[in-house]
Amino acid sequence: MAEADCITLAHGAGGRASEELIQQVFINAFGQHNSTPLQDCAALDIAELSVPGSRLAFTTDSFVVSPLTFPGGDIGKLAVCGTVNDLAVSGATPMYLSVGFILEEGLPMAELKSIVQSMARTAKQANVAIVTGDTKVVSKGQVDKIFINTSGVGVIPPGIKVQSNLAKKGDVILLNGFIGDHGAAVMLARQELGFEANLASDCAPLNALIAKILQVCPDISVMRDATRGGVGTVLSEIAKASQVTIALDEARLPIRRETQAICELLGMDPLFFANEGLAVFIVAEKHSAVVLAVMQNDEFGQNACQIGLVTDSGEDLFYINNTFGSKRMIELPYGIQLPRIC
Amino acid sequence: MNDQFTSQAFRDPALVSQLVTQINKLASAVAKRLARPVQVMEVCGGHTHAIFHSGINQLLNKDLEFIHGPGCPVCVLPTEAIDQAAFVAQQPDTILTSFGDVLRVPGSEGSLQQIKAKGADIRVLYSPFDAIELAQTNPDKQVVFFAIGFDTTMPSIAFTILEAKRRKLANIKFLCFHIRLLPTLTTLLDKGEVKLDGFVGPGHVSIVLGTKVYTPIAQKYHKPLVIAGFEPVDFLQAVLQLLLQLQQGRCEIENAYTRVVSEHGNLAAQNAMKRVFENSVISWRGMGNIPHSVGSLKADYALFDASKGLAQRPAGRQEPSYCAQVLIGKRKPDQCPYFRKTCNPENPLGALMVSSEGACAAYHKYKQSSPQAVQQEAPADG
Amino acid sequence: MCLGIPARIIAIKDAALGSAVAETDGVRREINLAMLVIQDTPLESLIGRWVLLHVGFAMAVIDEQQAMASLALLKEADDE
Repeated sequence: MAEADCITLAHGAGGRASEELIQQVFINAFGQHNSTPLQDCAALDIAELSVPGSRLAFTTDSFVVSPLTFPGGDIGKLAVCGTVNDLAVSGATPMYLSVGFILEEGLPMAELKSIVQSMARTAKQANVAIVTGDTKVVSKGQVDKIFINTSGVGVIPPGIKVQSNLAKKGDVILLNGFIGDHGAAVMLARQELGFEANLASDCAPLNALIAKILQVCPDISVMRDATRGGVGTVLSEIAKASQVTIALDEARLPIRRETQAICELLGMDPLFFANEGLAVFIVAEKHSAVVLAVMQNDEFGQNACQIGLVTDSGEDLFYINNTFGSKRMIELPYGIQLPRIC
Repeated sequence: MNDQFTSQAFRDPALVSQLVTQINKLASAVAKRLARPVQVMEVCGGHTHAIFHSGINQLLNKDLEFIHGPGCPVCVLPTEAIDQAAFVAQQPDTILTSFGDVLRVPGSEGSLQQIKAKGADIRVLYSPFDAIELAQTNPDKQVVFFAIGFDTTMPSIAFTILEAKRRKLANIKFLCFHIRLLPTLTTLLDKGEVKLDGFVGPGHVSIVLGTKVYTPIAQKYHKPLVIAGFEPVDFLQAVLQLLLQLQQGRCEIENAYTRVVSEHGNLAAQNAMKRVFENSVISWRGMGNIPHSVGSLKADYALFDASKGLAQRPAGRQEPSYCAQVLIGKRKPDQCPYFRKTCNPENPLGALMVSSEGACAAYHKYKQSSPQAVQQEAPADG
Repeated sequence: MCLGIPARIIAIKDAALGSAVAETDGVRREINLAMLVIQDTPLESLIGRWVLLHVGFAMAVIDEQQAMASLALLKEADDE
């Protein structure tokens, strides 16, 4: 049967069109789990869970980014990396993903295929399998082309405990790369503000990097994925959860000049721009050198650096020591940042 | 290519440190003579923001006090302005465009962001000129630009209107609420409510107006004024020059932003504004009536004037009187009993908490506190 | 009102319309030079010059010599 050139309501109805879509687009790209015929769910034999003290990690995330494709990635790549990274920063080895699609009637098949293939490539790169999924199609205008949900499971080995409230006085704060690239790149890609720059999203799966870090530092205090609210939001949350004072060094914040320029032009703060391949690592001072070395040796940590310290405990404070010797208090913005003229 | 003079050079920590030392020494000397702290008003909201963002206030001693002035075009917007923009946005087949700053300012029936959430087509633009292309690519829609700002931004609006006319566009209009800097300053000084020793003048407004127009501030009102740029070195240099004037008993208009500000200003900008804008008296939040404000366009540009035909609806929303006092520097944000308690960025009672330049937003964000901050409970009434 | 950033003019897009392309730290945008139009002076002469950008309009050409002079004065004052 000739392939349709765009998604129609038939593809979501559960009949032959749905089956063809699943086989020709999804299974074709993701492969069939364990070569079993399609079932209502994937049955997983996770040997690692039988090790005493190990735990199952489970997470979910939804992706609605616009535009669908941008320098450095697309919504598909994001959907895999986002869930993989959420598992990885919890200390888990990511293993299996589900994917739920909500498709807009009229979405070109070529666009869907491109996104699905991107997901398959990213899953392979991250060494995870997409084993189950669901597709719904809604009438034109009810979603913006495609929304994706991914959920994922992984196993946290015994002895690994990474939580937001474990930061301690004296700990060092590390990042594996530049701040704000994804948020800036997507904003530019939307072309609503007229700016252009050679900026790409930092979207990347960090599980391999994190596995290496955990090998040299199994008792790492905190690891957090710095996604939607940016590094600023994550650090603010950690300060609150751990009841500690976090002090960053302005001179050491890794920000690309293009991202900095966009922020100056629009009056925004890169600390609150989204990242999709960036995590915050809080480690005891004695481990920081070896962790940094491990990061810098990894594909996704070449620009890793220390950005600050946990200077005190007992009260939650978050500030930046600027180059003039002043402390600039950091407060979470209420909502999305808007360009300003003043 | 020599770009050593761009922003980075005027953020040099060594120069900042040097200027701070000089200022502290001089401020102490002048304060001693006055037997009170020196009181300097930074007019422009951008300077207020710059002070706190760079933490200059933490480096200067208590012999120098900044009084935060009313140069924040968002903070002084009357509720009617938001209400009119909201009304326009809710008309059929209309795209309301604006700068980002105004989206969260509360109106009688919610902010523009809330109106947008209910379905109105409201879009943020970086440049008013982008509204022209938007109008051309959406011929079946009416594009209205909600134009605010002092004299810095007015020329860009004026040139956009001129271009819209030149292209004979039929589907673009401008809803203007402009306030001019000089009438604002003189009104403030005429009120005589705020005690201050001198002004740090707005650098970018001055690119348009020039330095000569400030002469009455020195000659009639006997206040020295030094025009400043926005980088830390620029601002501190201006403060130093102001203190030197006070120490030496001079009262002059000085220009500390010579790389972009000239004596006569930008004539092309001034002419464009004269061609397009109709002057009127508008009542601004916290300031009251300010003459030579702009709420409409000259007859030749009536086709582009969104204010024509708009009913002048009275504002339903009353904000606490403290907003007005903070706006003109009579009260510090944390001396307002609502500050942080019932008034915060999520739930602003007035525009000073919403606008990024607003003194209250700056204090909240950078967690400042004044010596006489209010500690007791907020009053029960509104 | 105040967000004005220095940017360098790298090309004139349409001299009749007064549009140009400016760049700062790798970020480019089309901007309007209406405020800088001086009679009998071709816009092309502005290529390579730094301007102060506010809401997409060039407000003024940055006088590089004045800038250098201001900085030099400050540095001298430090030596006193």
